[in-house]
Amino acid sequence: MFNSYLSNTLKYNPELCANCGMCTDVCPHGVFAPDGNAVRLVRPMACMECGACQLNCPTGAIAVDSGVGCATAMIFAALRGQKEATCGDVVQPSCSSGG
Amino acid sequence: MMSPADTQLVRPTTSTISPANRWDHFLARWGVDRSGHRVEPGLYALGNPTKDSPVFVTANYTLSFDALRSALAGVDGYILVLDTQGINVWCAAGKGTFGTDELVHRIEVTQLGNVVRHRVLILPQLGAPGVAAHEVKSRSGFKVEYGPVRANDLPEYLKTHTATPEMREARFTLLDRLVLIPVELVFVLLPMLVAAVVLFFFNGWLSAAGAATAILSGVVLFPILLPWLPTSDLSTKGFILGEVMALPFAAAAFLGRPDAASWSRVGGALTYLLAMPPVTAYLALNFTGSTPFTSKSGVKREIYAYIPTMAWSFGIGIALVIALPLIRLLRG
Repeated sequence: MFNSYLSNTLKYNPELCANCGMCTDVCPHGVFAPDGNAVRLVRPMACMECGACQLNCPTGAIAVDSGVGCATAMIFAALRGQKEATCGDVVQPSCSSGG
Repeated sequence: MMSPADTQLVRPTTSTISPANRWDHFLARWGVDRSGHRVEPGLYALGNPTKDSPVFVTANYTLSFDALRSALAGVDGYILVLDTQGINVWCAAGKGTFGTDELVHRIEVTQLGNVVRHRVLILPQLGAPGVAAHEVKSRSGFKVEYGPVRANDLPEYLKTHTATPEMREARFTLLDRLVLIPVELVFVLLPMLVAAVVLFFFNGWLSAAGAATAILSGVVLFPILLPWLPTSDLSTKGFILGEVMALPFAAAAFLGRPDAASWSRVGGALTYLLAMPPVTAYLALNFTGSTPFTSKSGVKREIYAYIPTMAWSFGIGIALVIALPLIRLLRG
């Protein structure tokens, strides 16, 4: 296994899409693109599971198991027996340094 | 100090970054008083805004607030600062503190509806993982418009209120990565010194330098070289970098004892090749928390795939560090 990022949890049902374009606005990796009557999944592998599209989709056409893609938070959560890793449980050096 | 009546207050601000602001940014980058770089949440007036001026929303982290107001030089508008407990927009959105509830709450307490005539808010795009635009609309009457990822693109964005694909793309430039190094460095400094001192007394300067090199490779070289290291996974990138950095140490250990038995020379070289790369790889894996592209499921796969290898490699390497001098001693 040399690429851990070849699959992810993003699921999109174009039949539920109301074509509002919100997902194309919020995605920082161009995963969705406008296309006729419903948006199209164009770069599914670029998804980083941030959950912005799911949260901003008013018709529930998008589902993704979102969360922090941060090894520090996940390792510490595992060590503490927690199921879900969240930012801020541990002080990951860089996580509050970005703009 | 704030009194309840003050919550309606619109505070003045400017787009000027003062030397005091720069000093604050510097301290934040070095991890000094990490959660203390805060702006008072509430509504701010930038320039001379009217009832029709745009409203921009940001986090109450000084770096976020200052990036926004400095990008808006010459623009008259309002800045609505959410209480994210001194955390930047992206991380606070992930936690939900830069979120729908706080936004709706802040609109209410600042009585924003009385301050402006329109009903549009411009949010940073990276705040979207915490904010449901349609829910904000139904609960507050305000329409959320997601602006560009970077505040610097706002002047261009404001001309048309549409963002180009470039403005929507999260990038991780060399500069973005460089500014993260100081705080990473601060976090490893003490463990690095302890490891180096212990190894120095136990095994000599080469081992001490090896430990320091493995750690510095992980927190300084790795962020710089990230896009140019082969492979996709951060762990394997880290292993490769760590292995390259270990080579001179292995060579020095092998060539440094020309009179010793060959098992002793090979063993000495192996110590570095086994113990150094997993340290660099582990620090590289932890850099996933800083990148704007690693997914939760991908990072999970990385942890399961590489942590055992890291542990074995490091464990055998350290066992050799302890065993080799003992065997040499016993064999005279």
